[in-house]
Amino acid sequence: MSILSRLSLHGFLALAVTAGACGAALAADPIRIGEINSYTGLPAFTIPYRQGWELAVAEINAAGGLLGGRMLEVVSRDDGGKPEDAVRTANELIANEKVALLTGTYFSHIGLAVADVAARNKVLFLAAEPLTDAIIWSKGNPYTFRLRPGTAMQAGMLVDDAAKLSARRWATVAPNYEYGQAAVAAFKEKLKAKRPDVEFVAEQWPAQGKIDAGATVQALAAAKPEAIFNVTFGPDLAKFVREGTTRGLFDGRAVVSLLTGEPEYLVPLKDEAPEGWIVTGYPWDQVKTPEHVGFLTAYRNAYNDFPRLGSVVGYTAMKTIAAAIAKAGSTDTPALVEAMKGLSVESPFGIITFRAGDHQSTMGAFVGTTAVKNGQGTMIDWRYADGAAFLPPEDEAAKLRPAE
Amino acid sequence: MSFLLAQFLSGLAQASSLFLVASGLSIIFGVTRIVNFAHGSFYMIGAYAACWVALTVDSAAGFWGGIAAGALAAGILGAVMERGLLRRLYRSPELFQLLATFGVVLVVQDAVLALWGPEDLLGPRAPGLTGRVRLWGQPVPLYDLFLMVLGPVVFAGLWLLFHKTRWGVLVRAATEDREMTAALGVNQSHLFTAVLFLGCLLAGLGGALQIPRGSVNLHMDMAMVVEAFVVVVVGGLGSVGGAFLAALLIGQLQAFGILIFPEITLVLVFLVMAVVLVLRPYGLLGRPPVEARGGEAGPVLRPAPPWAGWMAAGGVAALACAPLVAGDYALLVLTETLILVLFAASLHLLMGPGGMVSFGHAAWFGLGAYAAALVFRHLGLGLAVGLPAAPLLAAAGALVAGWFCVRLSGVYLAMLTLAFAQILWSVAFQWTAVTGGDNGILGVWPGGPFAARWAYYELTLALVVAGVVALRRVVFAPFGWTLRAGRDSPLRAEALGIDVRRHQWMAFTAAGAFAGLAGGLDAFAKGSVFPTHLDISTSVDGLVMVLLGGVQTLAGPLVGAVVFHGLETEMLRHVPYWRAVLGGIIIVLVLAFPQGIVGALSHRFGRSRDS
Amino acid sequence: MTVLSVSGLAKAYGGVQAVRGVSFTLAAGEMLALIGPNGAGKSTCFNMLNGQVRPDAGSVKLLGREIAGLPPRAVWRLGVGRTFQITATFAAMTVVENVQMALLSHHRRLLGWWRPAARLYRDEAMALLERVGMGAQADRPAAVLAYGDLKRLELALALANGPALLLMDEPAAGMAPAEREALMRLTASLAREQGVAVLFTEHDMDAVFAHAHRILVMHQGALIAEGTPAAVRADPQVQAVYLGSGALFGGGAA
Repeated sequence: MSILSRLSLHGFLALAVTAGACGAALAADPIRIGEINSYTGLPAFTIPYRQGWELAVAEINAAGGLLGGRMLEVVSRDDGGKPEDAVRTANELIANEKVALLTGTYFSHIGLAVADVAARNKVLFLAAEPLTDAIIWSKGNPYTFRLRPGTAMQAGMLVDDAAKLSARRWATVAPNYEYGQAAVAAFKEKLKAKRPDVEFVAEQWPAQGKIDAGATVQALAAAKPEAIFNVTFGPDLAKFVREGTTRGLFDGRAVVSLLTGEPEYLVPLKDEAPEGWIVTGYPWDQVKTPEHVGFLTAYRNAYNDFPRLGSVVGYTAMKTIAAAIAKAGSTDTPALVEAMKGLSVESPFGIITFRAGDHQSTMGAFVGTTAVKNGQGTMIDWRYADGAAFLPPEDEAAKLRPAE
Repeated sequence: MSFLLAQFLSGLAQASSLFLVASGLSIIFGVTRIVNFAHGSFYMIGAYAACWVALTVDSAAGFWGGIAAGALAAGILGAVMERGLLRRLYRSPELFQLLATFGVVLVVQDAVLALWGPEDLLGPRAPGLTGRVRLWGQPVPLYDLFLMVLGPVVFAGLWLLFHKTRWGVLVRAATEDREMTAALGVNQSHLFTAVLFLGCLLAGLGGALQIPRGSVNLHMDMAMVVEAFVVVVVGGLGSVGGAFLAALLIGQLQAFGILIFPEITLVLVFLVMAVVLVLRPYGLLGRPPVEARGGEAGPVLRPAPPWAGWMAAGGVAALACAPLVAGDYALLVLTETLILVLFAASLHLLMGPGGMVSFGHAAWFGLGAYAAALVFRHLGLGLAVGLPAAPLLAAAGALVAGWFCVRLSGVYLAMLTLAFAQILWSVAFQWTAVTGGDNGILGVWPGGPFAARWAYYELTLALVVAGVVALRRVVFAPFGWTLRAGRDSPLRAEALGIDVRRHQWMAFTAAGAFAGLAGGLDAFAKGSVFPTHLDISTSVDGLVMVLLGGVQTLAGPLVGAVVFHGLETEMLRHVPYWRAVLGGIIIVLVLAFPQGIVGALSHRFGRSRDS
Repeated sequence: MTVLSVSGLAKAYGGVQAVRGVSFTLAAGEMLALIGPNGAGKSTCFNMLNGQVRPDAGSVKLLGREIAGLPPRAVWRLGVGRTFQITATFAAMTVVENVQMALLSHHRRLLGWWRPAARLYRDEAMALLERVGMGAQADRPAAVLAYGDLKRLELALALANGPALLLMDEPAAGMAPAEREALMRLTASLAREQGVAVLFTEHDMDAVFAHAHRILVMHQGALIAEGTPAAVRADPQVQAVYLGSGALFGGGAA
């Protein structure tokens, strides 16, 4: 999509949202939602996300708003990819903008930082995208809920398929920070549990965004693994795939890869997308459930573009907020927190539930195999893996959380 | 064995890419003494432009034409930057151009985003070079072989240019001695434009040649610029041969480093740089810079007149009353601004009176913040212990690093401080058990009497005012004089019985302590500490504040901190392309106030009084 | 009393013998000139005497104490003042602050962190400036001084520690003739009245022959003559070295 059309669409939507808000102001005060994300730090992921929630807001307000005609008004802020800016901005939204609750964030550390501010100020925070499981478990707090399936869930979804492979010698490659470390640890533990005969023969930990792909591929190949578990993503993944393909790393080896099936990562690879990798992701063009088709149509009509996974998350986050407010019947934090527990929301992926025990939603992901069709990477043989199946029982999960 | 050879070749290909970018940076610095912080931006421009052409013209001609177009685009924009911006700043204090190029970095980031969108672009592979050959049974990509050949070819080309053409000889002469070249009647202005063109062209070429290796993305600039600086400094500033050698060294270190200790990739290059600089203070092939004589001296520092003191006291009193009117968020912003004022003032002690530029001052800010947070988290002790621990740990760290750093000068010193900051950063980033890794340490809130935001604000105000007053007194006290003497003329200072290094070392430690106090205050103000506290961007923010306000005045860094933080927080909140706007404002300020804001003001008002 | 005694001083730079086996002594109150054509090794010699350059061989004794190899700051503390061929002053400080700085160092008051330095030793500094005729310029920045004034400031700096030995590398270069004469007279009076031993180099032969008690002549790193001005002037070797330049006899013969 060209810049011009993107800008004008943006303006149109903003206008629609504002117009809705103006109309409602006659009836009642709008409900203000504070939203923070890394719009300049990671535009490729956060802009589809923003389009997702803007669509949801437009739909909610067009349907007459909430609590008897009050419109949703989102106060959106950029954290620039820095946790300290996110902390300040969260404070600003709470103190100055008087928002009813907070949502957003992409990076795990920023999500955790905002969660801490929310807990201290006793404000609800719906963490939309952070993958770290600390946000719901080891550093969970009473005011924070998380929508997207976390690292351990996604790794678990892949293990089912990985365990069916004949491969016994595994190598891993992951970015060297908490996300990569947690993903590798979870994958290893779950795979070992199902297949005690596997061994991990090599690990590579390239610095995020700075992979020396040629050397990394060589080093992996030298360990002669039968299968590879990959956690790299974005520019690192593109380099890894190109070098690995050129050097034949993937010839005759299974690859299991986290998130690679998400359009955010698969689309930029175009016809060079890897084939036959077992991945988690989102085959946006193939999901034919009515709830997804409805979302897809609305999204394409609004933006003349296809949704990324971030779009689904942003859309669902705002729908969750609307459902919570409707269920609570107010915007008071205690009522909202209570409403969030066990809340069921209709998402493009079907009904999801926010577990009372650990504040995690049961949103799942699609597990399948990558392929190239018509010069584009896509997923085949996929299935939807319901998040609920990959979470520990609620009472066990609750024990992972600090005492309230 | 064959595997190690293949790894070696992989390192060579990496080295070639590094060399292209670093040689341009080295040439620019060698001739113009400009620390081109925007070098990574030209690398990114080259990559995007090449990718765009190659995708638009889908053929072999499109690909190679794209490479040429990318390099040319970067070169032309580099020349434009020199003509439109840098040449107005040649008479400004050293490193002031760094501030201007920082503004360019911000503008380019948003310009590229607006032009080519947020998504990573995957360009085509090099036509005819997509395959691999087997050498000693190991697969080696053809394109790697191409790069391996190209690096030495460009090196040879540059050698011929500098040794066999009149222009090149002039450039070399200018690298040796700028004043002399000017005296020879060389048109320096054209020379500088051409050098910027050549340097940025090389950066753009380096970027363009990356297309076949991976995607083109918005983070390329920052990822490359630091590494290019490391190569240049390790090789020796201004030395193309040194850059070549250093690129080889670093390329191989990365290739083999990941075999021995995969986790070390984050910090390896900085460790190497630190070791090289400690052993060879001017890099592998660098030579001690010719002492610039007759350069513009800074103005004489004079104590503020009494009315200014009263005004400052009135200002502090007004700030102390702020909680009566300001809301919670305004107090947080004020607290943050105060902390940055102290941080900038501590950096100024180094850069102003000390004459030592630091690219890694965030090290001590972050160390202070981590000291406070670690005391809080692991010892369960609160503010009463955590806050005093902050300057202590920071001072201890600065004491160790300073011993090495004060043995260097200029950009070498600055890069060694950066190396220490990066090493600390990677410790914080990777030692998850203690520091929480990238997720940081949370919940570090002040308890007891300072739990309320207004109370903590008053505490911050008191400590920051005390710190700033102390730093100000130091400058006018014998110790500050000694530092300034050592900065103005180390030769004379030593001939007057002054141990210049020892005093610089003490100043380094003191600056570290004050920065640490700022960091400790920050930890409790925001309740959290992250590796970003130690990040390059935090160091750069400090530099920008000091330079923006004016390094040659005492009030400069304070004003710079307020202006920069004010701009940034306000921008972040309301403007979509805030980075471009911020960068544009910095560029305008730089052009309007070539001595920094306060420097320019006092220059204007001081002129009638003096001379 | 012998203040300085140098013997067998030598220094080579990459195979070029800059100074070879220089030996001489200097008594209190004596004005000793070191002359020689450009590149004769005068500055290297000076730099070895105050510790700027470490000698390859030889001994430098100050009041009987070996100082060869000590760093400049240690040599200064033992009572050696120095002026540089190209002046080295603190450009971003005023004239009087420059001298105060030297006095602060002399009195070992460098580590004060709180009390302003401006009040310390100001009178003493002013007295030194008056002596070199710079009192009127005390509050001007050093950066804006004329070259001759910088030379005088340097002399004030060199005197701040009440030196037993003054090393002056072309103290009067760049000065107008009248100024130059005044500076040399001032130096001579310091030697005469306070017994300071002065070693100086100078290109202006009028100044050398008018004020030096004794002259050393260097050529290609070695001393080729030593003696009273009259003896040196008559030395055929010296005449050969200076042949054609006219410098040596320009003033005296007229």
